[in-house]
Amino acid sequence: MTAPILEVRGLVRRFGGVTALNGLDLTVRRGTVTALIGPNGAGKSTAFQCISGVIRPDAGQVVFNGQDITGARPDRVTRAGLVRSFQIARGIPRLTVFENLLLYGPAQPGEGLASAILRGPAARRREEELRERARAIAARLNLARVLDNPASALSGGQKKLMEIGRALMAEPKLLLLDEPVAGVNPTLAAEIAQHIAHLRDEGMTVLVVEHHMDFVASLCDPVIVMAEGRLLAEGDFQSIASNHQVQEAYMGRRVHA
Amino acid sequence: MDAYIVAMLVFAGVYALMALGLNVIWGLAGMVNLGLVGFFGLGAYATALLTKNFLWPMPMGWAAGAAVAALAGGLMALIVARLRGDYLAIVTLGFAEVIRLVASNEVWLTNGTDGISGIPGPWRGQVSPQEFNLIFLGLVWAAVGVAFILLARISHSPFGRVLRAVREDEDVAAVAGKPVLWFKIRAFALGAAVLGFAGALYAHYNAYIAPEGFAPLLTIYIVLALTAGGVGAMRGAIVGALLVVLLLEGTRFLAQVIPGVSPVQKAALREGIIALSLILLLRFRPQGLIPERTRTRAKEAS
Repeated sequence: MTAPILEVRGLVRRFGGVTALNGLDLTVRRGTVTALIGPNGAGKSTAFQCISGVIRPDAGQVVFNGQDITGARPDRVTRAGLVRSFQIARGIPRLTVFENLLLYGPAQPGEGLASAILRGPAARRREEELRERARAIAARLNLARVLDNPASALSGGQKKLMEIGRALMAEPKLLLLDEPVAGVNPTLAAEIAQHIAHLRDEGMTVLVVEHHMDFVASLCDPVIVMAEGRLLAEGDFQSIASNHQVQEAYMGRRVHA
Repeated sequence: MDAYIVAMLVFAGVYALMALGLNVIWGLAGMVNLGLVGFFGLGAYATALLTKNFLWPMPMGWAAGAAVAALAGGLMALIVARLRGDYLAIVTLGFAEVIRLVASNEVWLTNGTDGISGIPGPWRGQVSPQEFNLIFLGLVWAAVGVAFILLARISHSPFGRVLRAVREDEDVAAVAGKPVLWFKIRAFALGAAVLGFAGALYAHYNAYIAPEGFAPLLTIYIVLALTAGGVGAMRGAIVGALLVVLLLEGTRFLAQVIPGVSPVQKAALREGIIALSLILLLRFRPQGLIPERTRTRAKEAS
């Protein structure tokens, strides 16, 4: 077993009277594609939001790569190397695909005001590097032909690919993918699974929230099951699928008279 | 007549500067600013007081006008960090009214509603009024040119790219690793600086400023100018400002040549023509005369 890259301990988040996360513990180990599954309302999305800094947890701890990132702002979480995608592909519609990719490029001195005017050599060199990276990532994800199209003109599946591409631009150590194949046709879903498998083989760690069980079965190990805001079970897909507690969480409990 | 046209072109230049400033705040960063006349007023009062009471040289007064407005803009962005849309509109509108009321009531500083007169102008008194107007015309449009070049560079830089992302979706910009608030503060301060600079030029051209010169109507004209020209496009800001001044002034003559209407009806007709033109423009070209374009292409050589 490899060392953990992400450790979540006792994460709690309430929305008014609803407890979305009720002491969630989970561990993601380096070099794995870990799935986070569970019935609707189990708290998967809230867990994602808390880990990526988009919302703050009420209690608990998130340790990433040896660094406590609990409650850190999303831009800091990203710069630490933990990058998430969005469930409903949220491309910046009026920017092109290329610009959407460039946006995620880290350490661009041209994002300073003075350097935006002066266009110094450092900013230009960095922009050229980012363009090279963006072209390479686009080629790898079959987005090269649509690079100059506005993001709003992409098909649903292409938007999902762009989400992954953008996250890769940020040079992540851990990729959080929120439903990467929801609403995508089976051929493209298989293609996306293959892209993720290749990333894993190159050493990337990925945590995926997904409802698509074929996808989870073929790609993810281990599988973590959440229910009612906490961890329910963890293991390979076979053991999870035959776990009674998991079946009950998904199907409902048999009432014994 | 010539003097009138020159004066109108000077005002068109001031409007163009204001539209450029608003375009950074609203067009690029997506923050509604209905208080732009407040920053304009701050710039005007700052330079008027410094050059008249403390005898600062005019260029320093203009720089101070821009700096004071930039500071206020940065603070404003910090205060309204969590507000968007309608709420931001109300707060900024209120800010401009506060500036106007302070200018009306703090008589010791601003001379109240009587305003400040005798603000120096470049070579005023040494040259004929016609020559002064022409000098100022050149000055204002040179300022428009410089502001345009600088802001267009910023707009098409990585900085501008992040501002557009913040405008469209703050959460995505944050997840992209960008400190959103810091970008908003800089955008607001930059746009406010341009607005303050425009106010400073206006003060020295007019030689007289008073609180009623900074009423919300001016804000509405500039918002119209930017909407008509194309939100997000720096060229659109300038074209829109020219269009609004042309509409405001041109309709005076248009209403006069229509026979058989009384002077009161002419005034009403003029307002009607302005309103109708803008409604038609926005109905048939909602993206503005010059729509926003970005220039980053994947296939270009460098």
